[in-house]
Amino acid sequence: MAAVQVGGGDNLNESKSTSKISECNGKKKTDNGKMGGNQNGYVNSEHKSNGVDSAADMEAPAPWMDWAQLDIFPGSFEKCSLLTAALTHAGLYLLMFLGFVNQLLFTPKVATERNRVGYAPLYNPFEQFYSRYVYRRVRHIFNRPICSTPGAELTLKERATDDYNWSFRFTGAEKRCINLGSYNYLGFAAPEGECADAAEAAARRYGLALASSRAELGSTPLHQELEETTAKFLGVEAAVVFGMGFATNALGIPGLLGAGTLVLSDENNHASLILGLRLARVAVRVFAHNDMRQLERLARDAIAERRWDRIVVVVEGVYSMEGSIVPLPALVALKKKYGLLLYLDEAHSVGAMGARGRGVVDHWGVAPGDVDVLMGTFTKSFGAAGGYIAGAARLVDAVRARGHAHAYAHAMAPAVCAQVLAAMRAIAAPAGELRVRRLRDNTRHFRRRLRAMGVVVFGHEDSPVVPMLVYTFSKMAATVERLTARGVATVGVGFPATPLNKARIRFCLSAAHSRAQLDRCLDAVQQVVDELGLRYARAV
Amino acid sequence: MILLDIVDTASWWTIVIAVQVVIGCAYFLCTRKSKKHEDKLTKKMLLEWKPKPLVEEEIFVPQPQLMGKIDEGMLNVGCTSFLGFDKEPQIMERAIKSLHKYGVGSCGPRGFYGTIDVHLELEERLAKFLQVEETCVYSYGFSTIASAIPAYAKKGDIIFADEKVWFAIQKGIDASRSTVVYFKHNNMKDLERKLEMAAFQKDLNPQRRAFLIAEAIYYNTGTMCPLRKLVELARRYKLRIILDESLSIGTLGEHGRGLTEFLGVPRDEIDLIVGSLEHSFASIGGFCAGSHFIVEHQRLSGLGYCFSASLPPMLTEAAIAGLDILEAKPHLIAELNLVANKLQCAFSGLNYFTVSGDDLSPIKHLYPRDVVMPYETKMEFLHNIEKYCLHRGIAVAVTSYIKDAEKNCPEPSLRIAASTKLNDAHIDELCDILERAYLHCRS
Repeated sequence: MAAVQVGGGDNLNESKSTSKISECNGKKKTDNGKMGGNQNGYVNSEHKSNGVDSAADMEAPAPWMDWAQLDIFPGSFEKCSLLTAALTHAGLYLLMFLGFVNQLLFTPKVATERNRVGYAPLYNPFEQFYSRYVYRRVRHIFNRPICSTPGAELTLKERATDDYNWSFRFTGAEKRCINLGSYNYLGFAAPEGECADAAEAAARRYGLALASSRAELGSTPLHQELEETTAKFLGVEAAVVFGMGFATNALGIPGLLGAGTLVLSDENNHASLILGLRLARVAVRVFAHNDMRQLERLARDAIAERRWDRIVVVVEGVYSMEGSIVPLPALVALKKKYGLLLYLDEAHSVGAMGARGRGVVDHWGVAPGDVDVLMGTFTKSFGAAGGYIAGAARLVDAVRARGHAHAYAHAMAPAVCAQVLAAMRAIAAPAGELRVRRLRDNTRHFRRRLRAMGVVVFGHEDSPVVPMLVYTFSKMAATVERLTARGVATVGVGFPATPLNKARIRFCLSAAHSRAQLDRCLDAVQQVVDELGLRYARAV
Repeated sequence: MILLDIVDTASWWTIVIAVQVVIGCAYFLCTRKSKKHEDKLTKKMLLEWKPKPLVEEEIFVPQPQLMGKIDEGMLNVGCTSFLGFDKEPQIMERAIKSLHKYGVGSCGPRGFYGTIDVHLELEERLAKFLQVEETCVYSYGFSTIASAIPAYAKKGDIIFADEKVWFAIQKGIDASRSTVVYFKHNNMKDLERKLEMAAFQKDLNPQRRAFLIAEAIYYNTGTMCPLRKLVELARRYKLRIILDESLSIGTLGEHGRGLTEFLGVPRDEIDLIVGSLEHSFASIGGFCAGSHFIVEHQRLSGLGYCFSASLPPMLTEAAIAGLDILEAKPHLIAELNLVANKLQCAFSGLNYFTVSGDDLSPIKHLYPRDVVMPYETKMEFLHNIEKYCLHRGIAVAVTSYIKDAEKNCPEPSLRIAASTKLNDAHIDELCDILERAYLHCRS
């Protein structure tokens, strides 16, 4: 079609220079030029529809998903009012401005690089400015040292600063707080009890570490047992375990995904997933958090491009900063319709979600086989360390053979293995299911009461991660300080872990919390909400 | 007149700029509109869409030998517990005591109540031991250097690295997305040539961060790096040095402070020292050491530090206990060096293997002589030797590399680790069995 038009154009040019032949030729061509496009197009389509009837049907757009039939609720994400947003930004700029003035007037009390004159600056100046003058002001609420088990309660080592958070010193005092900050969802972080005893026995039996990688001399029967138990626990064929949760994603994904793969990744995916995808060198497209409609559009576009061997959707079960749960049944329906593959990171959900503690798969009642790759960590619900990748046997073999951790990283410590095994067995026992139920009840109770206070809470009803929005940086710090003073240890999260104007307090619930402890926390939260004016919810 | 001219030209430029802005805005708005989703997917395309499975072919994974405790029922010369700390009862007791105080897991990253007092103690003790301002402890050896490199090196920076660096460094370089120049293994002439070339082509300039990455003792070859020369070149061309001392801390120098102590290189010449707790200390984890200015940055920017749960307290306590022993018994290092030297002597007398490794290096690589085989067959051959040795009560490690992922995959070899537990009889037996294994597997 285009070629005819171009040809027509050429002739038209020629007709100007030549005289005679051009008359008829030119006329013909101008006709073509005027309506050639339409005509040609028309003829073409006519020609095609003349072939087989269903061929025309084949050119029709493929039907879309019928989302009305499925639950695609992305989690509650109430928007803040314009005023709040403006004030938050203004507050941040004010902080930065004051920092700027500060920087002009005083030399910062920080170490500088020695003997590196003439070298390119090691750090990005803005980053440095941010960490010195914005982050430093709230530095005391992060990295707080503890000196006890991170169980239902923890003991904080109190720190004080004499120079506006440039440096800290220990006061020697300790403070017992209710722990709403650690990922101890099922309460298996305990210094005594079955799990700790199993860990001790394993350490004595196999030593503290193997000083070798799994593929060399670092495999013990304990590792094998853990892999078999994990696979059985999740209801899949096989599993492989790693010594560090972060490394599970960062080093495991490159073993699975490679050239020809397109990854559709949720915008709130964890840093380890992003790093893993980067190391795997796959093409990545990002969709808005839990937005199934956009995911469908991206998938359709990608299929229409006809250049991908496979399309993999990478999502998390429970998002640790948003408190939302992935709408898995909708995702599985989408995956089946378009032939996508699914990589599910259950770091925060395995153990903590579902009636039997098997993660979001269990929570939504999806068959484990419908998810291609199940990944999770042992750091959270199991009170240990490390992670696993589970799925079909062939896939797990690929992670062993091509993933980086199995060949190069040292094997998981035997004591950690034993702790996971004991915790996993405990979850499968009736008492374990009681723990899971207690966590769910605690979560619902806590979320209900928080909402009744009129604060903005993100995420799903059942997610044990409960983010309470405070928007501004300073309020985040003030809230954490005041809650600590009232005996509640919790976590504030701000930029860069969240968007600039969406600082939040994150509560992590645990089955180890008693109702009385939670109510004490909620009373403390209520007081702080009253004091700082954190009722941002528009409708209670 | 001049003023008028300026106004004139200025206004003329204003118009041009204004027109450009208008065109730019119009273009931006138009493209935005046309960006509105246009669905191209037809039924036919959907029918023709045949996605390939995640893993297409059958993959054979060799089943590793299941081990017990290190040296249980056999002599283990494959594991890298050089100082025999895996057998120290006091380390075990302190770790168990710690387990019954803190539980196993720390249940959180360092930022969010995962900082337990033992972590701070270990960092302080390590800093004092290495005579640096600050250290930070990671929860996994592999992730330590793999996170440390991208914390400093970013896109647009340039890295000079030895071609034989171990896999974690390669991945760290990958993650940083910097330009990387590999120089020939321990070849300072080649490095100098490449630096000169880069300086000439303005690839090295005062606006561009440049790094030099090397290992004190190379995991893949067992050789020691010529640190003095590296430092000299780095200072001349203004490169910052990241040195992986995973294998040298606890094995070199009078007190076991690593290659810097051994060669007498001032520690502040090295910008960042990366160490491991998984070899000499026989625990899990790793650490970075250096000046406050350098190390503190990782607490916000080291991905594996910020986004990972912290090291289990019992393993942290084990590392502290190991440090106590190392400080109390510095003669362990001399003992280890002696064993390493003896091993080197014994191995260089082998008929059927060539050895790679420095005299004092605790890691030796043995390559079978006269074996011309493709990679896979060679691996199989080595695994057969491993099996033969295992059968006779000696565990040696066959290096496991992922051939397709390595930058330039090293020759397969047997990796033998020196350790204080080895005596002359062990070494003789080891050599004897290796020779016999070779003959057995060759026939």
